[in-house]
Amino acid sequence: MSDLRELYQQLILDHNKNPRNFRVLDPADRFAEGYNPLCGDKVEVYLQLHGDRIKDIGFQGSGCAISKASASLMTETIKGKTLGESETYFKDFQAMLTDPSSNLGLDQMGKLFAFFGVRDYPTRIKCATLSWHALRAAMDDVQTPITTER
Amino acid sequence: MSSPLDILTLQPPEPAARPAPPFDVRRIRADFPILGQQVQGQPLVYLDNGATAQKPRAVIDALSHYYTDQNANVHRGVHHLSQIATDAYEAARRKVATFINAASDREIIFVRGTTEGINLIAQTFGREQIGEGDEIIITEMEHHSNIVPWWMLCREKGAKLRVIPMNDRGELCLDTYQTLFTSRTKLVSIIHISNVLGTVNPVREIVQIAHAHGVPVHIDGAQAVPHQRVDVRALGCEFYTFSGHKMFAPTGIGVLYGSETYLDTMPPYQGGGSMIQSVDFDNITYGNLPNKFEAGTPNIAGSIGLGAAIDYLNSIDFDGAAKYEANLLEYAHDVLRGVPDLKMLGTAECKVGVLSFTLSDIHPHDVGTILDQAGVAVRAGHHCAQPVMKHYDIPAATRASLSFYNTREDIDALVSGLHTVRKIFG
Ligand SMILES: Cc1ncc(COP(=O)(O)O)c(C=O)c1O
Repeated sequence: MSDLRELYQQLILDHNKNPRNFRVLDPADRFAEGYNPLCGDKVEVYLQLHGDRIKDIGFQGSGCAISKASASLMTETIKGKTLGESETYFKDFQAMLTDPSSNLGLDQMGKLFAFFGVRDYPTRIKCATLSWHALRAAMDDVQTPITTER
Repeated sequence: MSSPLDILTLQPPEPAARPAPPFDVRRIRADFPILGQQVQGQPLVYLDNGATAQKPRAVIDALSHYYTDQNANVHRGVHHLSQIATDAYEAARRKVATFINAASDREIIFVRGTTEGINLIAQTFGREQIGEGDEIIITEMEHHSNIVPWWMLCREKGAKLRVIPMNDRGELCLDTYQTLFTSRTKLVSIIHISNVLGTVNPVREIVQIAHAHGVPVHIDGAQAVPHQRVDVRALGCEFYTFSGHKMFAPTGIGVLYGSETYLDTMPPYQGGGSMIQSVDFDNITYGNLPNKFEAGTPNIAGSIGLGAAIDYLNSIDFDGAAKYEANLLEYAHDVLRGVPDLKMLGTAECKVGVLSFTLSDIHPHDVGTILDQAGVAVRAGHHCAQPVMKHYDIPAATRASLSFYNTREDIDALVSGLHTVRKIFG
């Protein structure tokens, strides 16, 4: 139960219930879809760019608390950042969850550190990373939907 | 293919039927080694039997015995072990034939599982008999494995799928079914027991109606064989498919039953060794049933394991087990009804121990993860039946599926886990 409290922290539960930037951007400069075909989760990410800066970001989709909160906190983190900075966040987030030697902490990750506990639940890592993969696809202007299964 | 070896094959006598002792769940549980395991420091509560069932010691031992003492390829050698392996493999086929009351063991084709069985029908019978403008009737509650192969065939041929709808309790609308037949209907392919809703469909009636229109029927029995006795001749269907792993046998082995008249006229599925009578570069003659449909080295160990699972089911009081399961289902329905905001999906009059539900708007993956921390294994997701999810307008559901080795304590652990979920999500 104490483990579960770490996975389902208040911050995650809050963003699940009241996701931020949960909207379609119209018009959007970039758009990408991500699917997890194993569980049916999906997410859409919309970007408006100003030069190489992400001026605005929105998302839509359905999924579990982890995936929804992850998308929501991602949009909060990324809004106003450059494409390069966002790419670094993508890599750090990925490393925090999947690289055992990673020692990224609260300092580097900020609120995203709330997902640190997900690394102890291997079946749920894809839930947390789906929206980030969709973000990266949007940044790379990938036209076809991406999936967590290759 | 009748080889000279067949004449020499000594058929082991079928084990004399001993009356099974009355069903006793404690004794049955002792037959399944994995059930003694701890998960997350708690006793395993395995409620994911719809996905795959656990294996009794007898099945595990049969696999070990095969590889320790009997391993050789089948239908190929004149040596001692090859004969033993062939005998064991063919004995398993006879056990399956008796188990589902097929008229002959030539009607039993070993495949990988239900999925391959259905694809086999689609690729042989389907490709030959179904053409442009023809129609195939399925139901709204099919597993993807009884949708996608037909959809692919329809795409290839320009044929159409017609779908028998269901009501909100998860029961098929037979009145609509009657109206779906046209002169172009070529096949009815239906699920026997729903893997999401537990509904036991009136397959005998469905077959009779199809036959009145002169249409053959395939039944997906993946969820039926673990729960009840199946008699393919009493059902009257032309095809019946199921997976070993859901009925306490190993993975990678399953069965396609086909009536001999149909199988005989169908073209082969895959080409290769074992399925031929003779090969030269100008002419190839295919083998007889069942070899015609079993190209290449089969899953010998899996078949023997399936035979052992059937022996096991014959050795217990299977009717008593079914009655016990029905009681357990009733108990589960009663206590789950007491969980606030829980909505049960399948509430058919006639159902087996499959309990799919939603819990307010909490996503099933979160439910599944939290239950797992309590040692409770359930399935969370769309259960390979997205049309069923669409019917209820939900992306996913949580499913607890029962077997005769489950207990009331298992159900109580599930309910207590669900209360934890509600507490966390406040
Ligand atoms: C009703 C039904 N049909 C078909 C299948 C497919 O079985 P398999 O994956 O063993 O081929 C399943 C298994 O999930 C099922 O529940």
